[in-house]
Amino acid sequence: RTLLVQFLRENLRLTGTHVGCDTSQCGACVVHMDGRAVKACTILALQCEGAQITTIEGLANGAELHPMQAAFREHHGLQCGFCTPGMIMTAVDIVARQGHDIDEHTIRHELEGNLCRCTGYHNIVKAIAAGAAAMGGPVAQAAE
Amino acid sequence: MTATGIGAAVRRKEDQRFVTGTGRYVDDLTRPGQAYAYFLRSPHAHANIRSIDAAPAKARPGVLAVLTGDDLAADKVGGLICGWMIHSKDGTPMKAGPHPALAQGKVRYVGDHVAMVVAETLAQAKDAAEAIVVDYEVLPAVVDAGEAQASGVPIHEVAPDNTVFRWHLGDKAAVDQAFAGAKHVTKLDLTNNRLVPNPIEPRAAIGEYDSGTDSFTLDTPSQNPHVARLVLSAFIGIAPEHKLRVIAPDVGGGFGSKIFIYAEETVCVWAAKKVGRPVKWTCDRTEAFLCDAHGRDHVTHAEMAVGEDGKILAIRVSTIANLGAYLSTFASSVPTYLYAPLLSGQYDIPAIYCEVDGVYTNTAPVDAYRGAGRPEATFVVERLVEVTARQIGMDPAKFRKRNYIKKFPHQTPVIMTYDAGDYHASLAKALELADYAGFGRRKRESARQGKLRGIGFSSYIEACGIAPSQAVGSLGAGVGLWESAEVRVNPTGSIEVLTGSHTHGQGHETTFAQLVSDRLGVPIDSVTVVHGDTDKVQFGMGTYGSRSGAVGMSAIYKAIDKVIAKGKKVAAYVMEASEGDIEFKDGKFTVAGTDKSAAFGDVALQAYIAHKFSGQELEPGLKEGAFYDPTNFTFPAGVHICEVEVDPDTGIVAITKWTAVDDFGVLINPMIVEGQVHGGVAQGVGQALHEGAVYDKSGQLVTASYMDYQMPRAVDLPSLTVGMTTTPCPSNPLGVKGCGEAGAIAAPAAVINAITDALGHEDIAMPATPQAVWRAAQRARMPMAAE
Repeated sequence: RTLLVQFLRENLRLTGTHVGCDTSQCGACVVHMDGRAVKACTILALQCEGAQITTIEGLANGAELHPMQAAFREHHGLQCGFCTPGMIMTAVDIVARQGHDIDEHTIRHELEGNLCRCTGYHNIVKAIAAGAAAMGGPVAQAAE
Repeated sequence: MTATGIGAAVRRKEDQRFVTGTGRYVDDLTRPGQAYAYFLRSPHAHANIRSIDAAPAKARPGVLAVLTGDDLAADKVGGLICGWMIHSKDGTPMKAGPHPALAQGKVRYVGDHVAMVVAETLAQAKDAAEAIVVDYEVLPAVVDAGEAQASGVPIHEVAPDNTVFRWHLGDKAAVDQAFAGAKHVTKLDLTNNRLVPNPIEPRAAIGEYDSGTDSFTLDTPSQNPHVARLVLSAFIGIAPEHKLRVIAPDVGGGFGSKIFIYAEETVCVWAAKKVGRPVKWTCDRTEAFLCDAHGRDHVTHAEMAVGEDGKILAIRVSTIANLGAYLSTFASSVPTYLYAPLLSGQYDIPAIYCEVDGVYTNTAPVDAYRGAGRPEATFVVERLVEVTARQIGMDPAKFRKRNYIKKFPHQTPVIMTYDAGDYHASLAKALELADYAGFGRRKRESARQGKLRGIGFSSYIEACGIAPSQAVGSLGAGVGLWESAEVRVNPTGSIEVLTGSHTHGQGHETTFAQLVSDRLGVPIDSVTVVHGDTDKVQFGMGTYGSRSGAVGMSAIYKAIDKVIAKGKKVAAYVMEASEGDIEFKDGKFTVAGTDKSAAFGDVALQAYIAHKFSGQELEPGLKEGAFYDPTNFTFPAGVHICEVEVDPDTGIVAITKWTAVDDFGVLINPMIVEGQVHGGVAQGVGQALHEGAVYDKSGQLVTASYMDYQMPRAVDLPSLTVGMTTTPCPSNPLGVKGCGEAGAIAAPAAVINAITDALGHEDIAMPATPQAVWRAAQRARMPMAAE
């Protein structure tokens, strides 16, 4: 009956994935399962057998931040930092589905599953737009 | 201004760990051998406990202990306290009932703490809690502030009519006289809705006991770990102060709710010794809704008297404040001294009188939540001002201008001395940024599409940077409200700043380092800010009431002064000059009138190797501390303008534009300041449109999850236009004012003023949900049908 989020936090000691609610509403626990965003509080660890799970700890390339992580820092898209891992994992998923040129309206709607109490979302929206553009930048394209 | 000094939008030092998932919040910590705690909570709002049979639970697998109020009493563990004494009009002290950390004979709200189970795993603790047999005698309950006093439901023996205090402030006779001579009187009945703070990180605690040294450690997300230690030691009696270490590591938001000393943290640290194991507890979200201290919950009747010339003559306010089932740590100060002294707003008002009854109900305790009293006061003032302007047929901006305070310092009739401000400047800038001149055109465009457009102002002021210790002491505070700092310069010139402030999202690790970098001329990367650990920082009053800039940074400023003074003494020996000739600028000590200089880092090294002076002449080392007691509150003020478009067919309110112009004095880091405004506005919009804690008549909290309590989401908010004006604060060395709460203070009135403008002055209560707005829109369309 172990949830994925429990398995990550308690068994693997990967505590970057957070728990902020008990009704799958806050999105602090978002991770990627085979490249798609999932809420780790609503999936059993057993269901993930054979799947590739990426958490916030696995996003950066060594010491080099992922463009979305860098964008959150550059645009002050975080304050207390607690919702941030889920926000960033969701943001990367939004870009995967919506592309690199996303407007404010789309970003706000796509964030329906993530709560932040600190930022009023203003700078999160800016960060995601900038992060999305950076992910489509020359460096990222060259790597593809 | 340097690239990392005061005024620069420096990117935050703390972000590296937060964006990589390497922050450390309490629930991320694991102690060797830790056991797990779970609390059995009352399912009833009000009941006597006839008996508790813990034996079946104790027999369950994995259970280490089942602890109740009797165990606390047997160990002489004291109850939780309220640290601010309020006296009623008749001079009697407030009626504070007992507040045991685990219930003793009675429960007073749903979620009240009945017993604690400690087990090897959380699942075992939860299972065992279900086996505890509690025999309740259920009592009638009362939940509404307005009904508490006449309910005949006594919650505490000391307050048979549930009245904690009947307090007042101001000159009643002068106010009554002003009303008697008024040309126009505005009357409003207002409810300030109950809110749940909801930092996304829930509360948590790990209690540890070391039998070898007979000392305790408590890890907990606290906004003020030193105050927590003081209360746990001096009042609750867990351990002597020097035998208790409280650590507040990374904390995921507070908004006031993590100021207070709660039952769970108290019991965890006590239980660690009882079971001989570290005891960990993490709050789930439902428990947070039930038991975190709530905010607001006022019922108010307010009146404004206006003269012939549109000048405000007086304000008269009567409020009942719901304090919940117990008095939380600072509960009594919020609806009194943090509320009524703000009723003058930005206006020159000759006479103000305010009465406040604080009442017990069978609901969660109510205490400070972002703004704490000041949003409630601003809502009263700015609703009165807006409605009055409409009733006397004057443009609301013009009515405000006519009544603004123009000269400083300004003594209000309700305690405060405003030290500086320029209210016309912020209004003018806000009107321009909001394109007020173009509003009529936009309203007509909306009307063509069947939409109702409205615009609302909130010309708020707040008092923060709380506050001169003597002053708060004379008003009943149990503590002083200074702040401490220590600046430790290492021999290599790098610096640790120890502060009694606590950061839980505000970015102190960056802004405090900016101050040091600016004044000592050292790179920002060689400055580390240390906070949140009572073993590292000697003492501190913590972070709340927007005090960390004005008070916390002023303490650092003062300590830096001492570092520079000591550095000059060292530099004088190093450069063989007279101390009086040494100057310090841009990170260099120089000898006036010569080209001799010594870099700050070199002087630091000389201070530690102490080869250039004898110990009799000068103490080695470079480390200075300071305690800074503020000389006044700071008075941030500004104008927020909310523009809405209401769909009368659905009741949906869209905020089309938000303009905030704030005067926070000197800005240390404008990026962070703007972020504070964004977050505050979001919480204020949440209060106005979405959020409301609802208890049913039996005292069950109907809104106890994110499914039922609507938190503002990204789609609910617009992009925000933030502008600044600046009048430096004259009462602290940096000229800064608090910025953390302003948005939450300003926003609710702006939203409601905008909606009522759209609806043709039909009043509407918060939260203005689509259903409520739709009903109001129907009444506004057909005024006869409402009668």
